[in-house]
Amino acid sequence: MNYAITHDITNEVEIKHKKHIRVLIISACVFLIYLIGSIIHFNLPGLAKKWNNDRASMFMLDIYAHKDHIKMNWKEPEKIDVRFEGGYREVYKQDPSWLIRDNQKKSTTVNFENGGKFVFFPDRVEMRNFPKTKETFVFKLNQQGKPYVENYVGKEELLPSWMRATENKVEVRPSLYERLQVYGSKVEVHRYELGWKYFWFDFNSPLEGKGFFEGIALMFDKNRIDPEISNFNLVIKEFWGNEIWHHDTVLFAMVETLLMAILGTLIASIVGLPLAFLAAYNVTPLSSIRFFLRRLFDMLRGIDMLIWSLIFLRAFGPGLFTGIFAIAFTDTGTLGKLMSEAIENTDKKEKEGIQSTGANKVLQHRFGIIPQIMPIFISQSLYYLESNTRAAVIIGAMGAGGIGLHFLGALMTGNDFENVAYMAILVLIAVMCIDTMSAKLRRLLIGIEDKNN
Amino acid sequence: MNSDIALSFDTIEKNLKAMAFKRLLYSLISILAIIFLLSSGLTIAENNNAGSFERGISKFFDYPVDLFKEAFESGWRWYAYVFKYLPDLISTINMAFFSTLFGAIFALLLSLFASKNLIKNPYIVTFARRTMDILRSFPELVIAMIFLYLMGKSELPAVIAIVIHTAGALGKLFSEAIENADSKPIEGLQSCGARWWARIRFAVIPQVVPLFISYTLLRLEINVRASTILGFVGAGGIGEALSAVIQFRYGDEIIAIMFLLVVTIISLDYFSRFLRGRLIGDNK
Repeated sequence: MNYAITHDITNEVEIKHKKHIRVLIISACVFLIYLIGSIIHFNLPGLAKKWNNDRASMFMLDIYAHKDHIKMNWKEPEKIDVRFEGGYREVYKQDPSWLIRDNQKKSTTVNFENGGKFVFFPDRVEMRNFPKTKETFVFKLNQQGKPYVENYVGKEELLPSWMRATENKVEVRPSLYERLQVYGSKVEVHRYELGWKYFWFDFNSPLEGKGFFEGIALMFDKNRIDPEISNFNLVIKEFWGNEIWHHDTVLFAMVETLLMAILGTLIASIVGLPLAFLAAYNVTPLSSIRFFLRRLFDMLRGIDMLIWSLIFLRAFGPGLFTGIFAIAFTDTGTLGKLMSEAIENTDKKEKEGIQSTGANKVLQHRFGIIPQIMPIFISQSLYYLESNTRAAVIIGAMGAGGIGLHFLGALMTGNDFENVAYMAILVLIAVMCIDTMSAKLRRLLIGIEDKNN
Repeated sequence: MNSDIALSFDTIEKNLKAMAFKRLLYSLISILAIIFLLSSGLTIAENNNAGSFERGISKFFDYPVDLFKEAFESGWRWYAYVFKYLPDLISTINMAFFSTLFGAIFALLLSLFASKNLIKNPYIVTFARRTMDILRSFPELVIAMIFLYLMGKSELPAVIAIVIHTAGALGKLFSEAIENADSKPIEGLQSCGARWWARIRFAVIPQVVPLFISYTLLRLEINVRASTILGFVGAGGIGEALSAVIQFRYGDEIIAIMFLLVVTIISLDYFSRFLRGRLIGDNK
């Protein structure tokens, strides 16, 4: 008897198990087919081909290095100037120590740290002593004014792989840090060095070349650099008005973005909580109000932040209001819905207990419901603050302003990658700060870590 | 004796009053801080905005009304637009779905290393957690824009960006789910001689998989929104179509696309809530 029952159960379990395995295998197959199909659809194998290696290496290099441009026009070979990042206003008044001019030989030498040098002559450019090759290459212009490499005319395929000679341009790149471009009209050398130069004080500033600590020390120095203005103010002014890094606009844009997120979330929680009370069945007896509010929440939430920001962009123009209201509208819907559900899930007993003491309705809600939902409310609001910091950057890029727009602008111009990196790092720091702060606040206010993040 | 009790009541009352006062003070301070933040923030916003608040508010309904008017005037043709943009919508959803799947796979791998009860070496756990924090912190747009620049306009940069963000966000949730798994079933299996794999298979996986799936569904919803936005900056799909028609000011088509988006998001919301409810047995 007992055996039979056990046998039946074993049978049943085995059948179920087989079914289970079958379902698992089928779903795994579907999953695999979808994965392979999508990999082909999104052309993941073509990634290497699409990857623009030149751009990527330039991008990476620009992030951690800066460069000086040394330029010579073939027509005026005596006028060789050195510019920081090739800027119009950033011309070195005094030659850097690695640039040596020889007036007798009429030559100008650009020295690199690995011992290599490019030497400019009025009629040619020489490349000497690079660790990659002992050979000296000479670049000249022919009768038609086109650049060529001496001894290699017609034998361009014999040139090393890091040298490229085309009809109008000869490009030489022995390593990432040295670059020579010879055109029919001019010769340009890029000399890279590590670090973010002029991050603290820009090229034309009286404090040029000073570091962070020197700047701080100068602040409290009594000897005025500029007799008109105290050192303290000068340092602040020069840092703020940095023309290469644009600290004033970038940092203000960051503050704008943070304001968008904070104000948007604040408005959403201030408006959302009372509405949530009105939408909960244990607070509002009128079903029509509840129904209306529920649909309102659905609408606010369902119309994406993207669409809200487009609508507000038309009304308010680019600026903080667009971001604030786009965030506030979307999150009023989300928070309202979440909180109304939380209110409905509260324990009835606390409210009844307070009712039994003869308290009126308002007091019943104040002491019977609010203490129960407060932890959820705070943790959810803080969670939305975190995700809205990221969202504010994104809305900013869609046109609402703030750091997002600046980021997009710097990326689109395509040569200020150090600024792009600077802003990306700033965003990363801001987001991480907000995350840590909200986690701390949450722990402080409600004592437990929220897992909904 | 009685005086003792009276005394202790006195101290209790005193403490209570002190506490109530402290509470009131904190509440007042935070309310004041919030009011200050709101007013100063809104003033800054007003000063730096292109248009003023009052003018903006009065114009708020103009744009939607214009759009709807145009959509109404185009009549039956409007329905054709809805179908015209359906393939774009499907492409966006597919983008989100694929990147959610891929991201979830990465998140799973990362979360195994970030769970204290699976990995005993605290350095590995910390490293994995910090990695996930960094992956999570970048807004998708920042990564997507950089990759768009590096490899030209296509869907791939958006997919990469969403995968990176999803791996970070889901990894954290997954590792927390693993860490919170009840250890009793594991011990129970261990007590009857189950091997490591059997313990994982019958004690850990049944506990965490429903949570994993529900988190992933939630992410899918977020990622559909994200991939629309990324389309808007050049990653294809319905976002790109929307950005194009907004530039050309085709009101009827804008409404058609917005309609598609709203319907998708709402139905996805309901669908994922239904599935999650079935999986973990509550409707939150």
